[in-house]
Amino acid sequence: MGCFLVSAAEAVITTAVTKVVEKKEKEQKELKVSFDGKNVESVSKIPFSRKLKWLNRMLWGGSALLMFEHVWHGEVVPYFPFLTAASDPADTAAMLKEMATAGVAMALLVTLVWLGIVGVTALIEKRAEKEADGIENADSPTEA
Amino acid sequence: MTLLTCVFAAVICTVIWYKNAPDGKMMVGVLCWMFWGASLMWLVDAIFEYAELGAAYFTPSPKDMLNDLFLGLSVVALGLIIWLVILLIKDPKGVIKAALFKKKKD
Repeated sequence: MGCFLVSAAEAVITTAVTKVVEKKEKEQKELKVSFDGKNVESVSKIPFSRKLKWLNRMLWGGSALLMFEHVWHGEVVPYFPFLTAASDPADTAAMLKEMATAGVAMALLVTLVWLGIVGVTALIEKRAEKEADGIENADSPTEA
Repeated sequence: MTLLTCVFAAVICTVIWYKNAPDGKMMVGVLCWMFWGASLMWLVDAIFEYAELGAAYFTPSPKDMLNDLFLGLSVVALGLIIWLVILLIKDPKGVIKAALFKKKKD
């Protein structure tokens, strides 16, 4: 009925947070990576604002496609009050219940998956750094 | 069926993205995030529906299945249109800019 509104609301907040974080991120941290296992290259570390954009895209994209589904089923209309359930108190109560259960669960699952992706990315960064350190140490002359 | 269609679209887009990475000029990543986001949301919807209907959830009527497939394909089409609009506005290859501001030969 209106479950996508919860994700859309979260998307508004995370987009605003992304803009603030982007302004604060002036210096880009560097990371040493080896793509071929021999040479070490210096690349910029993934800024947090870029990671937030991944969440924004999932939330905005998902909300837009789910809104289309609601239009398809006649639950969202292009005239006031836009949500057909909002015109009847009993339907409004059911809609709010759905938003509180399915809507919140959708937003939570997307956020949890994003947190997982961010975690995996951090692990990949750490592993790449270790690998690069190993190559650099192997290349440097050892003391007798 | 809508969830299934969206998951297939997300998987295909991810494979295309991986094949062309790190070149992101076609912005396929946008499509991946969009379809995965929608798939996760429809997964939650499916779980809630399953909790309500039980095993009947897996045996929809042919009419419902067809309608859901039609909806799924329409969703994929909408996703592709959104991606195309973003691609043309951001114009990472500079194709639109080159076409609009093409210098006339003297």
